[in-house]
Amino acid sequence: MNTTSYSQAPVQDRGGPAQPLLVVRNLKKYFAVRGQPLEKSKKFVHAVDGVSFSVPKGKTLGIVGESGCGKSTTARLIARLMAADSGNMVFDGEGVDEFGGIRLKEFRRSLQMVFQDSFASLNPRLTIAETIAYGPRVHGMPAAEAMRQAHALLARVGLEPAQFASRYPHELSGGQRQRVNIARALAFDPRLVILDEAVAALDKSVQAQVLNLLQELKAERQLTYLFISHDLHVVHYISDYVMVMYLGQVVETGPVERIYGQAAHPYTRALLSAVPSMDPDNRTQASPLAGDPPNPINPPSGCRFHDRCPHAHPVCAAKAPLLIGLPGEPAHQAACHLNDPTSGHPAALTEVQP
Amino acid sequence: MTTPLVSLQDLSVQFCGSRTASALNEVNIELGAGEVLGLLGESGSGKSVTLRTLLRLHPERTTKIQGKMLVDGQDVLALKGRALDLYRGGTVSMVFQEPGLAFDPVYTIGQQVTEAIRAHAAVDEQAARAQALQMLERVQIPQAKRRFDAYPHELSGGMRQRAMIALALACQPKLLLADEPTTALDATVQIQILLLLRQLQRETGMSVIFVTHDIAAAVEVADRIAVMYAGRIVEQGPVSQIVRAPRHPYTAGLLAATVGTENRGQPLLAVPGAPPNLAALPPGCSFAPRCVHASEQCRCEVPPLQSVGTQALACWHPLMPLAEAA
Repeated sequence: MNTTSYSQAPVQDRGGPAQPLLVVRNLKKYFAVRGQPLEKSKKFVHAVDGVSFSVPKGKTLGIVGESGCGKSTTARLIARLMAADSGNMVFDGEGVDEFGGIRLKEFRRSLQMVFQDSFASLNPRLTIAETIAYGPRVHGMPAAEAMRQAHALLARVGLEPAQFASRYPHELSGGQRQRVNIARALAFDPRLVILDEAVAALDKSVQAQVLNLLQELKAERQLTYLFISHDLHVVHYISDYVMVMYLGQVVETGPVERIYGQAAHPYTRALLSAVPSMDPDNRTQASPLAGDPPNPINPPSGCRFHDRCPHAHPVCAAKAPLLIGLPGEPAHQAACHLNDPTSGHPAALTEVQP
Repeated sequence: MTTPLVSLQDLSVQFCGSRTASALNEVNIELGAGEVLGLLGESGSGKSVTLRTLLRLHPERTTKIQGKMLVDGQDVLALKGRALDLYRGGTVSMVFQEPGLAFDPVYTIGQQVTEAIRAHAAVDEQAARAQALQMLERVQIPQAKRRFDAYPHELSGGMRQRAMIALALACQPKLLLADEPTTALDATVQIQILLLLRQLQRETGMSVIFVTHDIAAAVEVADRIAVMYAGRIVEQGPVSQIVRAPRHPYTAGLLAATVGTENRGQPLLAVPGAPPNLAALPPGCSFAPRCVHASEQCRCEVPPLQSVGTQALACWHPLMPLAEAA
């Protein structure tokens, strides 16, 4: 689909193929908690606490973690649906909303988001074709042109325009509504699409259809995805790189085969082994982790995982581990003292991994 | 074979509101004592309706129930008044999907469990409280003494689900109905709850009907799996058979659509289309419009549920005939 006919042309590739599409540096967001009136110090939920990562062009970065780990807040901060406390972003080599960089309006046009709740994210009083055409019209596309594009997009996501274009969201099933949301996201010809639990609410057979559609669209339009999910199977299927978050911090990140094959952080290993086995003769015998994730209001000192970690040592409570590259594979990073020979953890790696 | 604990015979449920929806169509289920049945299906397949019908939770005015329903020798559809009260919770009890909504927010967890015990057994407050505390300890709530006086909103999701299980088991029911108990939970908590359910089932010897849309969760706890589609049971069999050699095309489609390690990078073999509208079911097999093996017979005649031993199947063109390997 070409949308060059309206006033501003879409952002073209500027940085070249080696430049990551999105670089996020030290993103932070604390939410103030309403406390007792006489309390002296204010409490904060450390929702996102110093998250840095980059998404290469044309790849999919999967973000996984338990509820409350800050995955969705990270997505909202990137889309600027809320302002970050600190941190900056570089989109294809240009600072976002900075002097001399990409303007916010332009940035938002290159980045679109699909949310989990397909019903709540559609306007119940607009037909689905109007919903899809709405955004481009606001950005200056003539109404007829926007409508024509909306019909073409509906056909592309597998909803026959003649049959569906004039329906309202409540007349569609969950899978169809999620297709509409995807079509709406594509109406701007974005380069980065953030999928925040986009398939979590769908039935298994419909989920597979939507995943296939996402894969096709990605290849067809050279899209880059930021795929947020708590479903480890789906993330494994769709991602090229995976980032694991725990209590607002990145604990491990790397190529998908490394994370699923040789996870370096104890939390990642626990998360992966918590997936129910599909083999009835080989059922899970013991739970890898006890208890629930701790409260993000007062996160534990040092390594935030130390009070649930089987390898915890006093040094873990005293010192926060840094996210460092693993020996032999710098793209695979983990924040754990076990992987840092200089950390002082007795069981830490002493030399380069065999 | 001894008489089964639960026996549903040709159970049909229709909701008659502004339009009539056939939520269940001639469902037959038998469940022995101490058995765990996994009820698998997508939304709208009638799995939750089955559980609610077993507890008679549907409003009587707008629900038409046909067929027979026997639980522990009692005809559930004939129960009235006090007998029904004792049946609910005493013989059969239920764990709901959303523990945050199932608890009363204005009473503490301990009060609610105590109340349930006193409603069913003639014990004094002290004894009931002691029993309730014991139940909370049994479901492995850490610091159960302190949590006893906690309100539901003060507990985390996993803890609330444990408390919900304690409440359901407080009166030693013979049958536990679990309606997607782990869907709302994180992966690391989900596995804890599944293991807890399995352990409690072994200890108490109760029967469990475990409803889920997640095959993997069903595999972890169930002995037998029944697959539902559009208000009918389409296939039933031991877990290993369902997972390794599904006979019904729908079951096979569900398994193929499950993303795993093997199919990375390839398109998923998705079942096309969407589940049918329960108010306007197709005349033949409800799966026929989505099925690649469908023939003329599938479109006009409903396939009967045939059973051989522990397995059952309702399909005109099964991937593998029933008699084989049975």
